[in-house]
Amino acid sequence: MSQELYTNLAIFVLSLLVGFEVMSKIPATLQTPMMSGANAIHGVVVVGAFAIAAEANNWYFYLLAFLAAFFSAVNVSGGYTVTDRMLGMFNRPKDKPADSKKEGDQ
Amino acid sequence: MTWLQTSASLIYLISAVCYVIGVHMMRSPKTARRGNILSGIGMALAVIMIMVELIDQGKITLTGWIVLFAGLLIGIVYGVVKARKVPMTDVPQLVSLFNAVGGGAAATIGIFDYTHEALGTSLSLAFSIPVLLDIVIGGITFSGSLIATGKLSGHVSGKPISFPGDKLLNGIAVLAIIVAAVWMIGFPSAYWPLVLSLVASLVFGLLMTMPIGGADMPVVVSLLNAFTGLAVAFAGFVIDNQVLIIAGALVGAAGTILTLQMAEAMNRSVANILAGGFGGGESTG
Repeated sequence: MSQELYTNLAIFVLSLLVGFEVMSKIPATLQTPMMSGANAIHGVVVVGAFAIAAEANNWYFYLLAFLAAFFSAVNVSGGYTVTDRMLGMFNRPKDKPADSKKEGDQ
Repeated sequence: MTWLQTSASLIYLISAVCYVIGVHMMRSPKTARRGNILSGIGMALAVIMIMVELIDQGKITLTGWIVLFAGLLIGIVYGVVKARKVPMTDVPQLVSLFNAVGGGAAATIGIFDYTHEALGTSLSLAFSIPVLLDIVIGGITFSGSLIATGKLSGHVSGKPISFPGDKLLNGIAVLAIIVAAVWMIGFPSAYWPLVLSLVASLVFGLLMTMPIGGADMPVVVSLLNAFTGLAVAFAGFVIDNQVLIIAGALVGAAGTILTLQMAEAMNRSVANILAGGFGGGESTG
């Protein structure tokens, strides 16, 4: 096993453990926003779209790079926008009592 | 390491820290919005850094830049418009749609690297295993999430859909993925195992989501979301980029826990839901 692979594997395993640990029991009202927020985070695949665009050198590879760029841009831009919009609902004064009540129900 | 590589690595690390703290903050209603913004800042840092790196390397062609920015621009406009315009009740199918394209992007990166680096050569396990997992998991989430979007929005019937022989076809799809895996790992690479693994995983994604009722869809969307995280992590192995590995694994693990919680809130088990055919009708979202 090469040094790079070992490093990547160690990072992968430890990040999985961090992921398991960082998610605790959350109120039901936050489940959908959390799902959406996690969805936005895997939009980091956009970095990969940049990386393959740098390697592209004929129409077939340009097409794949375009697809990856388009797909990942939708994921990352839409993901963060819709999550923020959802969470913005929590901050509106008239929603506050309802939310705190729901929290109390947990 | 040059000065730029060092700062790039450190920026990627900061960006990964932003995701973890962001998820942590999203667990409580008071800090959730700021948590999402923090994770967004981490994302912006990573994107700026990869751009700086590409400019510095000077390897990308002009056509490459044009293609890249055309894709990004169209994607951003589409994503933001969708995310702003859609009524709040339709958010679950939107998340599912964004998840589908995320899986599609991960699979595309796998396909790119397989055909770019590997065709005709003997592959090392260190390359073939991640690239296969990337394409297969990405393909499953792409087609599965599109069906989930369709079911939630009513374009596809929310009722569990099954047809005679679907279990058999599912078995064939799994078998095809295994055959493609052995082929890809054991022999010098060719187009066919790539095509086979892609088609089989797309079919499997369809068949996995079709039999599940609309009411159970949010749990399935969450599960597919965790899958996409893993696909992105394997894409990170393929292109050797650690920020993809960290963020992908984080989403994969956190998403799995979240899926279990969502199922528990509905008094269902994930295994039960995947077995399908219980929750009927449209989801109220």
